[in-house]
Amino acid sequence: MQNIIIAGFGGQGVLSLGQFIAYSAMYEGKNVTWLPSYGPEMRGGTANCSVVVSDEPVASPIIAFPDTLIAMNKPSLDKFVDKVKPGGLIIVNSSIIKDKVKRTDVKVCYINANELSLQAGNTKTANIVVLGAFMKQTGLFAKEDVIKSIEKIFAKKPKVIPMNIKAFEIGYEA
Amino acid sequence: MSEKVLMKGNEAIAEAAVRGGCRFFAGYPITPQNEVPEYLSKRLPEVGGTFIQAESEVSAINMIYGAASVGARALTSSSSPGISLKQEGISYIAGAELPCVIINMVRSGPGLGGIQPAQGDYFQAVKGGGHGDYKLIVLAPSTVQEAVDMVYGSFDLSEKYRVPVLILGDGMIGQIMEAVSLPEMRDVSKIKKPDWALDGKGSGSNRKIINSLYIEPDVLEKMNIKLAGIYRQIEENEVKVEEYLTDDATVVITAYGTVGRIAKSAVNILRSKGIKAGLIRPVTLFPFPYFAYEKAASSNNVKKFVTVELSMGQMIEDVKLGVNGKKPVEFFGRSGGNVMSAEDIVDFIISKEV
Amino acid sequence: MAKVFQKSSFLTDAVLHYCPGCGHGIVHRLVAEALDDIKAQGHVIGIAPVGCAVFAYNYFNCDMIEAAHGRAPSVATAVKRVNPDNIVFAYQGDGDLASIGLCETVHAAARGENVTIVFINNAIYGMTGGQMAPTTLIGQKTTTSPLGRNPAVNGNPIRICELLSTLDGPSYIERVAVYDTPHILSAKKAIRKAFENQVNKKGFSLIEVLCNCPTNWGMTPQQSMDYIKNDMTKIFPLGVFKEV
Repeated sequence: MQNIIIAGFGGQGVLSLGQFIAYSAMYEGKNVTWLPSYGPEMRGGTANCSVVVSDEPVASPIIAFPDTLIAMNKPSLDKFVDKVKPGGLIIVNSSIIKDKVKRTDVKVCYINANELSLQAGNTKTANIVVLGAFMKQTGLFAKEDVIKSIEKIFAKKPKVIPMNIKAFEIGYEA
Repeated sequence: MSEKVLMKGNEAIAEAAVRGGCRFFAGYPITPQNEVPEYLSKRLPEVGGTFIQAESEVSAINMIYGAASVGARALTSSSSPGISLKQEGISYIAGAELPCVIINMVRSGPGLGGIQPAQGDYFQAVKGGGHGDYKLIVLAPSTVQEAVDMVYGSFDLSEKYRVPVLILGDGMIGQIMEAVSLPEMRDVSKIKKPDWALDGKGSGSNRKIINSLYIEPDVLEKMNIKLAGIYRQIEENEVKVEEYLTDDATVVITAYGTVGRIAKSAVNILRSKGIKAGLIRPVTLFPFPYFAYEKAASSNNVKKFVTVELSMGQMIEDVKLGVNGKKPVEFFGRSGGNVMSAEDIVDFIISKEV
Repeated sequence: MAKVFQKSSFLTDAVLHYCPGCGHGIVHRLVAEALDDIKAQGHVIGIAPVGCAVFAYNYFNCDMIEAAHGRAPSVATAVKRVNPDNIVFAYQGDGDLASIGLCETVHAAARGENVTIVFINNAIYGMTGGQMAPTTLIGQKTTTSPLGRNPAVNGNPIRICELLSTLDGPSYIERVAVYDTPHILSAKKAIRKAFENQVNKKGFSLIEVLCNCPTNWGMTPQQSMDYIKNDMTKIFPLGVFKEV
């Protein structure tokens, strides 16, 4: 089982990053829940979502202590950093967050998502860059399978598929 | 069953309603259920159905009354303050013996309250809500798949008894995304319109009248006795409950809806810590599965019950009726839109054990 | 023997419960005869209000729905949308339509729902015993304005036809009265036209009928008819307010 909290500003693709993980999980035959924060909190403020991936049917979709935190901005890191399970993973968008994580009992991955997304051709793909880093760090699903998922998710918008796959690969290799 | 699709609860419910034969929706925007009308505003016209954004919840529920009167499978959806506004109409629908399906994606109250998940509308849902001696069939889904299956079958259920069905969800189940198998599309041309439904053909002795006015006390009493008889039948036939690891349980946690699944995780954690916990999750809130509590309360293993709700304590009253004083019943609740985690439930139970 | 007159096929044989001299009976007959005129037999659904006409479902010989107070336009909306081939009408009083149900009235009109609404304005709450209505005239005494309606305390009467005629949705809005034979005949013409409009899919029609309430006005039937003619029409002028 993998419990993931993804948090950041509204507009950073936080909710869709969670959905990418959820879609990948479903395509891989796993059970998954994706639970977003909702309401006025999202508009210009912070947004977060909780994703639970499991071999068994998911009971609670509420995550008290995540295995992985993906923090896209500073307030999100501050809010959730102490909740991450010892031995867990924190992915930090270091394009925006300049601080270092002080905890020593977790694995931390810093990724310049915004700068790297430019290499893919669009800053909108920063969340896909982070998806790449997440899959590399956790090994939750194989690289090729996630790429297949990206193709399925964007099946109705085929033009954007190459850019997103590129962003994913950049994040995966970073 | 089709291939699984990842859908938000609200959208999956809306699609399930259409597949179950729903061809009429009227509602008014309110968070956190807006994806239901948004989805249906596009979907219903595709299948020859009617979508109306009404001017108020009051108007919307009366549109449901009208549509049901002429035999349409009619759905409305709202959240707590909006459901309060609908209560007058719901009472009329119950009094006129019209079938329909009502969704309440409960948010926190009272008053304007908040928009986050809550279960503070339990009393309103199962003990009346509107005026007069009536009941609704109240279903509480804990997963999106369960919600889909419930909504799909709810029109048949409602028409069977001519009693409205209320789906009591909360903001969580409306907003969560899960993989679901959608049931197949019902062929509405093969769903027989009820013979009491108005078609405008009535004249003289074959006139059809939809009405809840019975000015003579004896006539109205007869009607109320008839309704009570239908509610007894529903109690006999339609109770649904999920029991999880209750056989050897010493602590029985009980919760409904999304809290039921959080409690299930709590049971697993407690078991891993050596505490024999179990879960009773009512799937139908009316009819309420009192027998499950009677049975558990009579077991020598069971030392106590813990009711967990997103309220200050409402379902606990029915739990206590079932337990009937045989074992203690404790309460753990969060309110205001706060949602407990499985670990919170575990901490509560362990703190009481010491 | 040649039959020279018969009761409308759209009226049942039930005995009306209305007070002696009340205009509801007249308007029931006008509605029924208008439905005969358009040969609507076999596809009419009527909506009864809450108020004196609450038992209208006993009198109109067609399928009927009894609506909650003020909600008939919403019920009619849904019925017509589901069964567009039915002739759908709502029969409502002033408390029902212009007070508690004003929101439903305005929005059904604004949506241009293809239904016909017959609005009985007798400036009083009859069923509940003579309380002030949204259409009660200034100075008119009711059980809740015992000194006469005072605008400073009780507000002013609402003119429904004028109000609705500002909307784009309605196709036909007319105010008529039933205080003498010529006006009764004009009222019938207006109601028939409202039904014809529905048949021709022209959209929302509302006919306001100035009506009497001798019991709660404390008048003889003749005095009450004179009151419509001399007092009500000053505040509620007759005429066509909108026709598309």
